[in-house]
Amino acid sequence: MSRCDLGASSADHILVVGAGHAGVQLIDSLRAGGYDGRLTLLSREAGPPYQRPPLSKDVIAGGPSAAPLLLRGAGFFDDARVDVRWGVDAERIARDVREVITSTGERLGYTTLILATGADSRRLDVPGEDLAGVFSLRTLDDARAASAALDGARRAVVVGAGFIGLEFAAGARARGVEVTLVSPTERPLRRVVSPAVSAYLAKRHTLDGVRLELGERVARLRESDGGAGRRRVGAVVTASGREFPADLVLVGVGAKPASGLASAAGLELAPDGGVAVDASLRSSDPAIFAIGDCSSFLSVHAGGRVRLESVQNATDQARYLASALLGADPAPYGELPWFWSHQGATKVQLAGLGRADAIRVVRGDVGAGRFSVFSYDGGDLVCVESVNSPADHLAARRLLAAGRSVDPTEAADPGFDLKAYSRAIPEAV
Amino acid sequence: MPSITYFQPDGTHTTLDVDPATSVMRAAVNAGVPGIIGECGGQAMCATCHVYVRPESLSGLPEPSEDEEEMLDCTAAPRHPARSRLGCQIACGEADALAVDVPTDQV
Repeated sequence: MSRCDLGASSADHILVVGAGHAGVQLIDSLRAGGYDGRLTLLSREAGPPYQRPPLSKDVIAGGPSAAPLLLRGAGFFDDARVDVRWGVDAERIARDVREVITSTGERLGYTTLILATGADSRRLDVPGEDLAGVFSLRTLDDARAASAALDGARRAVVVGAGFIGLEFAAGARARGVEVTLVSPTERPLRRVVSPAVSAYLAKRHTLDGVRLELGERVARLRESDGGAGRRRVGAVVTASGREFPADLVLVGVGAKPASGLASAAGLELAPDGGVAVDASLRSSDPAIFAIGDCSSFLSVHAGGRVRLESVQNATDQARYLASALLGADPAPYGELPWFWSHQGATKVQLAGLGRADAIRVVRGDVGAGRFSVFSYDGGDLVCVESVNSPADHLAARRLLAAGRSVDPTEAADPGFDLKAYSRAIPEAV
Repeated sequence: MPSITYFQPDGTHTTLDVDPATSVMRAAVNAGVPGIIGECGGQAMCATCHVYVRPESLSGLPEPSEDEEEMLDCTAAPRHPARSRLGCQIACGEADALAVDVPTDQV
């Protein structure tokens, strides 16, 4: 498909692989935008698509019977005239004939193929990881299984100090379970937030009763002593020889893009493992696009290639691609990345993308747990991390999305009205 | 069982029987009521479940939290000083019924 083919018509067949936030939003936006051609969705899971953010929050803290929140109502796919193959995955792409071969052996032709395959949980790759009582957290089934296991557990060990690990730790504490969090990194969320926010979160989780064991690499998971039936985990053993007893282990050590299908088809992958796409989300095959967690795209906000795992990224890319396929002016994809995490009573909100070497100023009161860290690169605001400060976060989103900055001295001044400043219309250049 | 009625900009409406604790957003999304998205999963983070509560339903609702208050300044459709709420933050609770108008835009 060349650029002049853009402007999907009724002769087209758009095939979407993956029924997460990205795939479902794409379908919704295509139909809402007037696409009247064929639309097929492959959903690896047999049940209706659901919201992911509550899985590590509400489903853990609220217990395994917490009802999932669906992405769309039951009638949505029929109303949108989507041919959904539930419980069916894509096995292979035959690019030469533009067909996808499914896990049931069917061959589905396409004119445009969208990869919205998401990401899979990383494994620890240590002995004992397959013991009963060891969980990861990505799907509703994962969340329900881990949440159900908390019912009978006294001690949980969380491996990993990323968003999933921290959110799970807070949820497990809310359920009255003792929690030890083990991570090789020296501070929580090391890759995504500044040292000040990491330090606050470490303090907060410690006060909430989470025992943080940072700088400890897991060597193996030890089986519990005695007990009949399937072999169960009993402890986490670190490389330094320390042992942390556990009735339950949650492994939250990040995710890897689900790009095996693309790779096997000879599509270009990025160094981060995602499907390499250009600024209009098109892969190295012009008939194939990748959106959401599996997509490694060129971002003006990152100043290069980036892969993001967030609802914002999934849905904004889906909306962008739908309008591009419907013939909109193909300006590069450039939505501002933003993200949030709820950890017990603490709300962390991120706007923009942080850089390790940024110049930072703090606004608010770190001791009181209400503050934001403003990061600058060469005098320009690039990222704002907010802790329990939603007004700062939303002001930051307005500024960054408009490509505006705020003077660091003013940002740090509690008397400066950031909200009013962010809402003021910038003078025309 | 209490009920929530959603009035659409085109004049049509939908009434749903709900659990007292089920939010206006969750009930709408699960039933496929148009115009209510709930993109963030009910975390008061996205303002895509904005509704205008009808005046007769306003009493008895809790005051907006700080999060909701700030998000209400970011809605796609204009904010109404008294009636605008995030659907994920309100439910029938003690009330027998709740009536809301769905705005024209959420994104």
